[in-house]
Amino acid sequence: MKYYNKLIFDLSKPGRSGYSLPENPWGVTADALPEDLRRKTPAGLPQVSEPDVVRHYTNLSQMNFGVDTGFYPLGSCTMKYNPKINELVASMPGFSALHPLQPEWTVQGALKLYYDLSKALATLTGMSDFSLNQFAGAHGELTGLMIMRQYHRLRGDSGRTKVIVPDSAHGTNPASAAVCGLSVVQVRSLEDGTIDVGALEGLLDDSVAGIMMTNPNTLGLFETHVREIADLVHGCGGLLYYDGANMNALLGQVRPGDMGFDIMHLNLHKTFSTPHGGGGPGSGPVGVTSALAHCLPYPRVVRKNDGKYALLTDKDSCGRISGFMGNFGVLLKAYAYILMLGKQNVKNVGPYAVLAANYIKESLKDCYKLPIKGLCKHEFVFDGLAEDNGVTTLDVAKRLLDYGFHAPTVYFPLLFHQSMMIEPTETESKETLDAFIGVMRKIAEEAKSDPEMLRSAPHNTPVGRPDETSAATHPVLKYSDMQ
Amino acid sequence: MSKTIEGLYYSQSHEWVKVEGNTAFVGITDYAQEALGSVVYVDMPQQDDQVNAGEEFGAVESVKAASDLVSPVSGTVVDVNSGLEDSPSLLNEKPYGTWIIKVEMSEPSQLDNLMDAKAYAEYCENL
Repeated sequence: MKYYNKLIFDLSKPGRSGYSLPENPWGVTADALPEDLRRKTPAGLPQVSEPDVVRHYTNLSQMNFGVDTGFYPLGSCTMKYNPKINELVASMPGFSALHPLQPEWTVQGALKLYYDLSKALATLTGMSDFSLNQFAGAHGELTGLMIMRQYHRLRGDSGRTKVIVPDSAHGTNPASAAVCGLSVVQVRSLEDGTIDVGALEGLLDDSVAGIMMTNPNTLGLFETHVREIADLVHGCGGLLYYDGANMNALLGQVRPGDMGFDIMHLNLHKTFSTPHGGGGPGSGPVGVTSALAHCLPYPRVVRKNDGKYALLTDKDSCGRISGFMGNFGVLLKAYAYILMLGKQNVKNVGPYAVLAANYIKESLKDCYKLPIKGLCKHEFVFDGLAEDNGVTTLDVAKRLLDYGFHAPTVYFPLLFHQSMMIEPTETESKETLDAFIGVMRKIAEEAKSDPEMLRSAPHNTPVGRPDETSAATHPVLKYSDMQ
Repeated sequence: MSKTIEGLYYSQSHEWVKVEGNTAFVGITDYAQEALGSVVYVDMPQQDDQVNAGEEFGAVESVKAASDLVSPVSGTVVDVNSGLEDSPSLLNEKPYGTWIIKVEMSEPSQLDNLMDAKAYAEYCENL
């Protein structure tokens, strides 16, 4: 990685500019504004030429690590490759030049695509209907819980205020429930990492709105008792919410609808190959069974008898959750991905993702501690190095950067103290997986031969170990704060 | 191996209690601060708030995680350590020298439910 540490302000020279504005033919100046709205001092913008700007941002981009530059095994994030054809489709002017307030009859193509994508997602998940208006996974969770609450409310069952969440859940689950005004009850995991069904049974009564589950769970394990759990929760009148964070493991193989879930969200930026993280906006579509379709957020896209598409506002809807129809560009990319894979290939996504994860796990379990043995799904968790000689998970993660790999998710889940959560996804070749395994083994060797070197890693990156405490407690967010 | 101090009471959720008369000083253990990593924020109750044994009275946020603080005893908060507002890292530097809240106990017999240093050290060993 190239070292570059300048700010655009460092390049600024008074009077330099990269643009020339046309002459102002109206003779209007700042004097036309009321006195109190006029700036007293110059704005403090960088004064730079066009080459300065282009080189500055190109240099900065080269300090970044992304799925386009290398292997990115960040557990629970499904950092799969983002096919470039997705970008091509999303940038077509017929889509990109649309305005969200255009009349429906002028955007029939876009509405058809929205409708078709929602049906494709419904087919892949065993749900009946989808809303694609959510901007992110946690936004989908919140919407799903609003649907759950609305469903109970419409039945006149307003005493259901509790949501059960396993202790291995993503932190967003309890957070979403709390934001929705529901109270969170935790259910513990068994030794093997799956939900304790006996403990769950003890929590079930008529105050339970539902349960939120991720399957496979955060440890990459399939909840084998899911049908039993579904029967128990349904038996007490509650609903089952499926957090689609880990859907990649099951894609094309198993459907949440068939497992007994009533409501779910997908992360298009994980499972459906749209950029994830700093690379682009997310999308968290929410699917429901037919019994809950009337509670979906409005507007919904419906297909009328004459074949035309229209926006529907259902009186039973849980409400509006976004200004318009979600991150439409992301929907286009996910649609392109599904069509490019096709019905046959989509069935290979889950098995290849699972195979890659198990291959890495089995190849490294002699030098890293594997707390949960046996077959995993799309990801797994190591609990630090097998040999405890004071080298921590953080040291291993930092050293990986030296070798050109992104680090896995570290110190999550909290069930273990040295968690290292690895998710390779289906898009990596065996050569890439072998290279990663080779480096992980080498680091395990280095932990024995030269632990000090690991404790000060990384040695080859522009930034090493930032002071996370000061960054959190005294963040410097503006150039002027640095003065 | 994390440190323990003789004469303190310890909870399973890794709080310690130091007793002076009917007053309990409550903090987090060395094991807790090590597991949390660098503490960046402490969410504390206010003076005169009631706390109940086994219930949360605040939270500690570190660069790794946020974790509830669970009160080992019931009673009234008579003081909070306002120094932690500006220097939350004191919990990392001196876990046993930094109390978080001072509680006037309503049921001192609850102390019998807590562990002594030896029992707590064994408890941590087995985690």
